[in-house]
Amino acid sequence: MTELFLTLFIPLIGSFALLFINKEQVKLIKYVAFGFSVIAFIVSLTLLLQFNSDNPNLQLTYEKVWIPSLDIGFRVGIDGMSLLLVLLTTFISPIAIFSSFDAIKKREKSYYSLLLLLQFAMTGVFISLDLFLFYIFWELILIPMYFIIGIWGGKDRIYATVKFFLFTMFGSLPMLVGVIWLGQFVGTHLAHVPNGFTTNYELIRQYSHFIPLDYQKWLFWAFALSFLIKVPVFPLHTWLPDAHTEAPTAGSVILAGVLLKMGTYGLIRFNLELFPQASFMYASLISWLAVFGIVYGALVAMVQSDVKRLVAYSSVSHLGFVVLGIFSMTVEGIQGAIIQMVNHGLSTGMLFLCVGVLYERRHTREIEEFGGIARIMPAFTVFFAIAMLASVGLPGLNGFVGEFLNLLGAFKSPFLGSIWYSVISATGVIFAAVYLLWMFRRVMFGTITNPANHGLKDINKREWATFLPIVLFIIWIGIYPSTFLQLSENSTKKLVNKLEKIKFGKERYELPVIPEISKPNNSNIENNQ
Amino acid sequence: MFDLVQLIILFPLLGFIGIGIFGKYLKSEKVIGIIGSATVGLSFIVSAILFFHIISTGLAKPYIVDVFTWIATGDFAVKVSYQVDQLSILFSLIVTGVGFLIHVYSIGYMHGDRSFARFFSYLNLFIFMMLNLVLASNFLLTFLGWEGVGLASYLLIGFWYDRKFPGVRITWTGDAANKAFIVNRIGDFGFLIAMFLIFTNFGTLSYTEVQDIAYIGKNIYYDTGLITAITLLLFLGCTGKSAQLPLAVWLPDAMAGPTPVSALIHAATMVTAGIFLIARNSVLFSLAPITMEVVLIVGVITAFWAATIGITQNDIKKVLAYSTVSQLGFMFAALGAGAFVAGVFHVMTHAFFKGLLFLGAGSVIHGMHEEQNIKKMGNLAKYMPTTYKTFLLASLAIAGVPLFSGFFSKDAILWAVYDDGGFIWWLILTVAAFFTAFYMFRLVYLVFHGKERFDHHKLHPHESPKVMTVPLSVLAFLSVLGGFLGVPYVLGFWFSHHPNALENFLMPIFAKSNNILGVPLEHELHAIEYLFIAIAIAVALIGIKVAINYYSDDRLLHPRRIAEKFKAAFNLSLNKYYLDEIYFYLIVDPIVNGSRSFLWKKFDVGVVDGIVNGSATVVQKIAEALRRIQTGIAQNYALLMMAGIAAILAWVVSSF
Repeated sequence: MTELFLTLFIPLIGSFALLFINKEQVKLIKYVAFGFSVIAFIVSLTLLLQFNSDNPNLQLTYEKVWIPSLDIGFRVGIDGMSLLLVLLTTFISPIAIFSSFDAIKKREKSYYSLLLLLQFAMTGVFISLDLFLFYIFWELILIPMYFIIGIWGGKDRIYATVKFFLFTMFGSLPMLVGVIWLGQFVGTHLAHVPNGFTTNYELIRQYSHFIPLDYQKWLFWAFALSFLIKVPVFPLHTWLPDAHTEAPTAGSVILAGVLLKMGTYGLIRFNLELFPQASFMYASLISWLAVFGIVYGALVAMVQSDVKRLVAYSSVSHLGFVVLGIFSMTVEGIQGAIIQMVNHGLSTGMLFLCVGVLYERRHTREIEEFGGIARIMPAFTVFFAIAMLASVGLPGLNGFVGEFLNLLGAFKSPFLGSIWYSVISATGVIFAAVYLLWMFRRVMFGTITNPANHGLKDINKREWATFLPIVLFIIWIGIYPSTFLQLSENSTKKLVNKLEKIKFGKERYELPVIPEISKPNNSNIENNQ
Repeated sequence: MFDLVQLIILFPLLGFIGIGIFGKYLKSEKVIGIIGSATVGLSFIVSAILFFHIISTGLAKPYIVDVFTWIATGDFAVKVSYQVDQLSILFSLIVTGVGFLIHVYSIGYMHGDRSFARFFSYLNLFIFMMLNLVLASNFLLTFLGWEGVGLASYLLIGFWYDRKFPGVRITWTGDAANKAFIVNRIGDFGFLIAMFLIFTNFGTLSYTEVQDIAYIGKNIYYDTGLITAITLLLFLGCTGKSAQLPLAVWLPDAMAGPTPVSALIHAATMVTAGIFLIARNSVLFSLAPITMEVVLIVGVITAFWAATIGITQNDIKKVLAYSTVSQLGFMFAALGAGAFVAGVFHVMTHAFFKGLLFLGAGSVIHGMHEEQNIKKMGNLAKYMPTTYKTFLLASLAIAGVPLFSGFFSKDAILWAVYDDGGFIWWLILTVAAFFTAFYMFRLVYLVFHGKERFDHHKLHPHESPKVMTVPLSVLAFLSVLGGFLGVPYVLGFWFSHHPNALENFLMPIFAKSNNILGVPLEHELHAIEYLFIAIAIAVALIGIKVAINYYSDDRLLHPRRIAEKFKAAFNLSLNKYYLDEIYFYLIVDPIVNGSRSFLWKKFDVGVVDGIVNGSATVVQKIAEALRRIQTGIAQNYALLMMAGIAAILAWVVSSF
C-alpha cells in the first residue's frame, strides 16, 4: 500500500519541489525532475514484490471516504492490468524527461513540473477504484498536456491544443453524467447505501450486471465515448495526428506511450466490467470501427510525408488491434490487448524518440528532407530499425505477441461470432510493413542527397541511454512474454468468466480461490494514519 | 542425445549476437570470417551427429525437445520447442552444410567490404532463423523462423543500401529489399489465418498433434472446406516465401543483395521453405485434393513462366534467379502430385547445383569487377578455369544430363506429374525442362566461351582465391554425385530392392500421407517410365545442343533472327510478362492514390475534420445569432417573454 502511495505521490511531490528551485538553475531542475521520476520507477518495481499474480482480485487496496454523504472516497488498488500500466507509466516518464534535456530550451521549470504532474495524474487514472476519483485524474491529465503541447509544441500547436481539448471535453462531460447517474442508480436501487449514492467501483461492479439493459445502453456510451476518443477509435481520431505532430518529443512519447492506453484501459475497467450486457450488444459495432481503423490508419499512414504524422496514424491502426482484442471478450484477446498496450507504449514511444533524434538535428520531419542517414548514423540506424520492426509486428519482438493474441482472440470469439473481423484486420499487418518500410527506406537508405544532412552526428550517450532500456523490453516481451502475461492472467480470466457466465451461463476457467481483501486490514492502516 | 538439437540453434545465435555487437571491435576480417563460419560449421557437425544417430536407431516417431514456454494465455499455449525427425534433420543438414560453404566463400567474396562484420552477423542471423523454421515443432515457431528469414533476407538484399539497383519502380537496393519483405508479408497473411483456423479447430499448433488428429479423423476431414481452406492459406504463404505465381515478382529483384546471399538465401535454402512447410504438413495436404491440384498447377505454370523469361535475360544473376523460380515450380509440381520425396529430393540437389551456380556467378562477377551483363563477357573459361569447370558441372546437373544429380530428381518429378496430373501438365513441365537446358547453356556459352566482349584495357578477369574456389569444388562434387541418394526404382532395381536411399530415410515422415493418397508400398515397374526417361534425356540434350548452336557463333545471328521474328513474344519474355507493371497499375497505384486523395485528403481532412470544425463553426454562428438577442433593451426582452408565454399556452391548449 505504501509503495502504491509513493508511486502515486512522488511525482506530485517532485512537481511541487521544482517550483522552489530558481528557474536559472536549469541543470538542477532537469536532474531533480529526472531523479523524482527514477525514484518513482524504482518504487513502482517494489509493487511487483507485493503483488500476488495468483490472486484475480484487486490488490493493495486502500480506502478513505472523502465525502461520506455521497460515499465518494479516495479508493485505490491494482490488478495485473493496472500494475502493468502503472509500470509502463513510471518507465516511460523518466525516459520522456531524459529525452527532453537537449530539446527543451525555454521555461524548463514549468515544463518539467508539468511532466511530473502529468505522471501523477496518469498513475492516478490507473489505480483509481472510485469513479469520482478516476474522473478527477482523467480531467487532470488535460491541464499539463494542454500546456505541454501549447507552449513547447510545433508551429501549429494552438490549433492542435484546441482540438485536443475540445475532443477530450466532448467525451468527458457525458462521462461525468454517467458517473452521477450510475452512482445514484446503484446507490438507491441495488446496493442500498446510506445516502443512496456511491462512487465505489468495487461495490458498483458487484451489482453491475443487475443494471437493466435499458440503462446500461446509455451508461455504456456515456463512458465509452470518452474512452473511444482517447484511444482513439475511428472516426474520433482526427485530434491525434495534430496533437502528436505538434507536441514536443516527450509529449508525443507520453501521449502515445501512456495517454492513449487510458482509453483502452477504461474500456476494460469500466465498460466490460460494469456494463456487460451492453458490451455484448455493442461489441460488434465497436469491433467493426476498430477493424476499419486498423486498415484506415495504415492506409493513411502510408501516404504521409511527415514522419511524425506517419507514426501518429500508425497509432490509430495499432490501437485498433487493442480495441478489437478487448471486444473479442476472450482471455487471449484481452490479454493480448493488455500486453499490446505496453508494447505500443514501448515501440511507438521509441519511434517518436527516433523522430525526435532526427528533428533535433535537422529541425524538419519531412521524409523527403532525409535519405542516406544510415551511413552517417549507424548506431541510430540499429535502434530505429528495431523500433520499426517491433512496430511492424515481427515475431521475436514485442509487437507480434500482442497483435497475434488480439487477432486470435477476435478469430475465436464467441461474442463476435465471425472470423472476418480478424481476417480483415490481419491485412493491417501487411500495410504496417508497407508504410514503415517505405518510410525507413526513404529516410535511412540510399545516399545522402541533401547537403544539409552531411555531418549529422550519431546518437550521443544520453540518447543511447534512452533507447537501451526500451530495446531490452522490446526483446524481452517478444521472446518471453510470460513474465508480463501472467501478471494479468488471472484477473482477465475472472473477467471473462463473469462475461461468459452472464452470456452462456457457465464459467470456463478455474481460478485459485483467494478471499477478497479483508476490510479490517484497511481500517488498521486508516487508524494508524 | 537428440537434446543436442538445441546446440544446432544456439551456435548461429551466438555468432549473430557476438559478431553483431563486437564485430566492429574485431578489426581482422579473418577472425570475423572464421567465427562466422565456425558457428555454422559446428551446427553442421551436430546435425550430422543427429543424422547418423537417426539412421542407426531408426527413429520411428519425432523426438520433441521443449525449451521454454513462449506465448501462453487462456486456452492458448505455444512453446519454443524443437522437433527432431528425418525431415527436420535433412533440412538442417542442407541449411548448415551449404550454409557453411557459402560462409567460407563469403570470406573471399566480401574481402575489403566496409561492413564485413555486419555481413557475417546477418548471415548467422539468417542461419539461426532458418534452423528455427525447419526444426520447430509447431507452426508458430516455424512462423518466427519464417518471418525471421524474411528479415535476414530484407537486411541482406539491402546490404549495400547506398547502391542503386535497376528495376520497375526500384531505384535503390532498399526498394528491392522492401519489395521482398512486403510481398512475403502478403503470403504471411495466409500463414497467419491458417494458424488461427488450425488452432480454433484442432486446439493446438503442434505439428505432431495436428497431423495425428487429422490422420485419425481422415475420413471426416477428407476434402472438407476446412482442410482446403487451411492448406490453401498455408500455400499462399508458400507462394510468397518460395516465389511462386502470383507472388513470384520479388525474387528477381532480390538479386540486389551480394551474390553469396543470392546463393544461400535466394536459391539454396530460404526459398525452399515453402516446400518444407508442405512436406511438414503432408497429412493435411493429402487430405485436401483441391489444394493438391492447385499446388500442382501453380508449380507447373510457374516453372514454365519463369523458364521462358530465363532465356532472354542478360544479367547473369537474373537468369539464375528466374531459373530458381522455375526450379521451385518443379518442386511444387512434385508436391502437388503427391510425390513428397521427389520434391524434397529436388530441394536437396537444387541446393547443391543452384548454390554452386550462384557462387560461380559470384566468382565471375568478382573476377570481372562487378560486371553482371553476360553480353559483355565471353571466353572467361581461359581466365577462370576452376570457376568454369564447376559452373559447367552444375549446368549439366540442372539441365538434367543423365547421372548428374538434377537428372534423378527432375526425372522423378516429371514422372510423378504425368502419373498424377496427366499428360498436359507433364508436357508443359517438359517444355520448361527444355528451356532450362537451353538458358543454362546459353549462359555457359556467353560467359565462358566465344569472343571476349569486354574491354581488355580496363578489365583483367582473374580466377578467384582458394577460399572461394574450394567451396565451389565441394558443391560441384555434390552436384554431380548427390543424385545417387535418390535413384528411382526403375533405374536402380537391379542393384537393390530399395535403391532410393532418400525415400527409405524419409519413409516414417510420409507414411501417413502415402496411406491417405493410396501410394503403394512396393514400386511397380512401368515400361512406360523408360519412355519418359528417354524423352527427358532427349529434351535436355536437345536443349543443350540448340543453345550451343545458337551461342557458339559470336555474331549471335540465330538468336537475333528469332528475336526479330517473334518480336512480341521476345519482348514479353524480356519484360517478364509485364507482371510488375500490371501489379503497380492494378493494385499498388489505386491503393496509394486512393489513400492519399480520398481517405486522407477527402475523408480524414475533409469529412471528419470538416464535421468537427464545422460543428465548432455552427456553435459559433449560433452563439453569434443568440448574442444579437441580448440587446440590452428591456422592451425586446418583454416581447420575447410574451412570445414564450404564448407558445406555452398554445402547447397546453393543444394537448387537451
